[in-house]
Amino acid sequence: MSTLDPVAGVTAQKRGRLTRFVTGPLPRYVLRRLSQAILVMLLVVIGSFILVKSAPGDLVDVIGGNSDMTAETMELLRQQYGLDQPSYIQLFHYMIKLATFDLGYSPLNAAPVLDVILGRLPVTAILVVVSVTISMSIGTVLGVISARNVGKPVDLGLSILMLMFYATPSFVIAIAFILFFSVFWNLLPIAGFATVGTRATGLMYAWDVAKHLVMPVGALCTFYIAIYGRIGRAAMLEVLKLDYVRTARAKGISERRVIYVHALRNAMLPLVTMAGLQVSSLVGGAVLIETIFGLPGMGRTAFDAVSERDANLLLGVLFISSLSVVVVNFIIDMIYMVLDPRVELA
Amino acid sequence: MTFDRKSFLYRFLRHPSGLVGIIIILTTIAMAVLAGWVYPDGPWTIAGTPRQWPGVNQAYPLGTDSLGRDLAAGVLHGARVSLAVGGAAALFSIIIGTLFGGVSGYYGGWVDDVLMRITDAMQTIPSFLSAIAIVGIVGASLPTIVLAIAIVSWPMIARLVRAEFLRLRTYDFVQSCRIIGMSDFRIIFGQILPNCLAPIIVASSVLVATAIIVEASLSFLGLGDPNQMSWGTILGNGRSALRSAWYITAVPASALVLTVLALNLIGDALNDVLNPRLKER
Repeated sequence: MSTLDPVAGVTAQKRGRLTRFVTGPLPRYVLRRLSQAILVMLLVVIGSFILVKSAPGDLVDVIGGNSDMTAETMELLRQQYGLDQPSYIQLFHYMIKLATFDLGYSPLNAAPVLDVILGRLPVTAILVVVSVTISMSIGTVLGVISARNVGKPVDLGLSILMLMFYATPSFVIAIAFILFFSVFWNLLPIAGFATVGTRATGLMYAWDVAKHLVMPVGALCTFYIAIYGRIGRAAMLEVLKLDYVRTARAKGISERRVIYVHALRNAMLPLVTMAGLQVSSLVGGAVLIETIFGLPGMGRTAFDAVSERDANLLLGVLFISSLSVVVVNFIIDMIYMVLDPRVELA
Repeated sequence: MTFDRKSFLYRFLRHPSGLVGIIIILTTIAMAVLAGWVYPDGPWTIAGTPRQWPGVNQAYPLGTDSLGRDLAAGVLHGARVSLAVGGAAALFSIIIGTLFGGVSGYYGGWVDDVLMRITDAMQTIPSFLSAIAIVGIVGASLPTIVLAIAIVSWPMIARLVRAEFLRLRTYDFVQSCRIIGMSDFRIIFGQILPNCLAPIIVASSVLVATAIIVEASLSFLGLGDPNQMSWGTILGNGRSALRSAWYITAVPASALVLTVLALNLIGDALNDVLNPRLKER
């Protein structure tokens, strides 16, 4: 890792980069990342299509299973949906429809897949955004505290805590939370997104939702608090050895400022990378958490789609969640590029 | 890089995390091996009165579940499922990941581009989502679960191995192998691969731990093999009895957490012992 230039003028240079990034033509790096992202989405679509098509039975079987239909009517429906054509033509049609955001029809919900998903996306989005924010802040602070007290009892205690957080699966934490906070102490609602039939509005409604989300978010966070804590500790120890931190100390800047302003800025870089990876696995983790807490989100929808064999809905969830991951990662890459002068803009 | 096996084992066991981890894992392995002898009737037999708390009846040291099945039998037989799935899934993902990463890093260029985009795509679909999709579509059985976990977890190994290959392929020993006309196959598997075994071994302990968690999560959701009593199955069944008999979930949960913890401890110890240069950190 090369040391950063401590000489004044870095900020001015950085501001120049930002202006150049916003106003100038799209840098080659951005174009490359964009084409990679599109290629990845294409592979995701093809992969999930092959997977779902390899399942026995099709859409018509699902619809037919719920009503008494003659073989002729089913054949007619197949023709109508284009299911009688070879798979590669079906894939081609599917991709054309995807380009116009037509995700097909979900027999399970008797509604277009896109409507179903858009109705459930906000719950998962809230869960993911809040979890990333909370786990990153707590994890970073714990990592910094550990690094500052390296080798002392505080560091050891935190390391053991991190190890426990790291080893406990989210659904076990969720059950433990329910046991203590709902069953033993009766402090928090056991399930749901808001109290059933609530008439509260505004702040009261927000408070109600917040109470319902404490346990799900907590259960999703613990594992990542451990990851951020461990990465943050290692990154901080690395950065604290660098010359520019010594320079800052030598200038007589307060220790607090050296740690939280000078050192943390660079120690944050690996943590930002982690946040990109975390989004993908949080959406996966949401399957368990939303099922346990009865939250109407994407994860719960995916589980229902699998157990009710709703192929279109499953494809839709895989597509939308992957798309969200790609978009978030792209944005994070762009932030990273502006933050870190070592990533080439040209 | 050659190390004296004796001194490696010695250093590993001197490491506090390594020692604790290996003791717990050996206990789990013993549980799995002895399950058939101690509880030959299997974990499904109804043994006694339902919902007996641990310690109430000497015959059932860990109590009985909501149907009166012996929890101790469930935990012992569950250890078999967890270890088998964890080990097999980790092995397969290491094989796939090493092939992808090795070829990608060794050849570079368009081969690397193609393989890395496939890896990206695999990492983009949330892995637990693909796991439940694969298991739901192909059908829940132990081989399917192993396959599903291997499919979602190889990209991590591929990236790791690729990075090592990118670094090592510039080294002189690889150049000299090329000059004497050694085949690519032999250079990849006979020369470079042995030099990046250390990071693969470290990663594999974490891989086993993740696989065990994924299997337990699937069984917890009811997507596990219906013929196997896994820790996740007991957890899932015990959930409905949380109010009156929380020990039914606590018993398999402790087994799961301890096993995963042990694997992570072993991973940490291996990391310190195999990469002594990083130890000062």
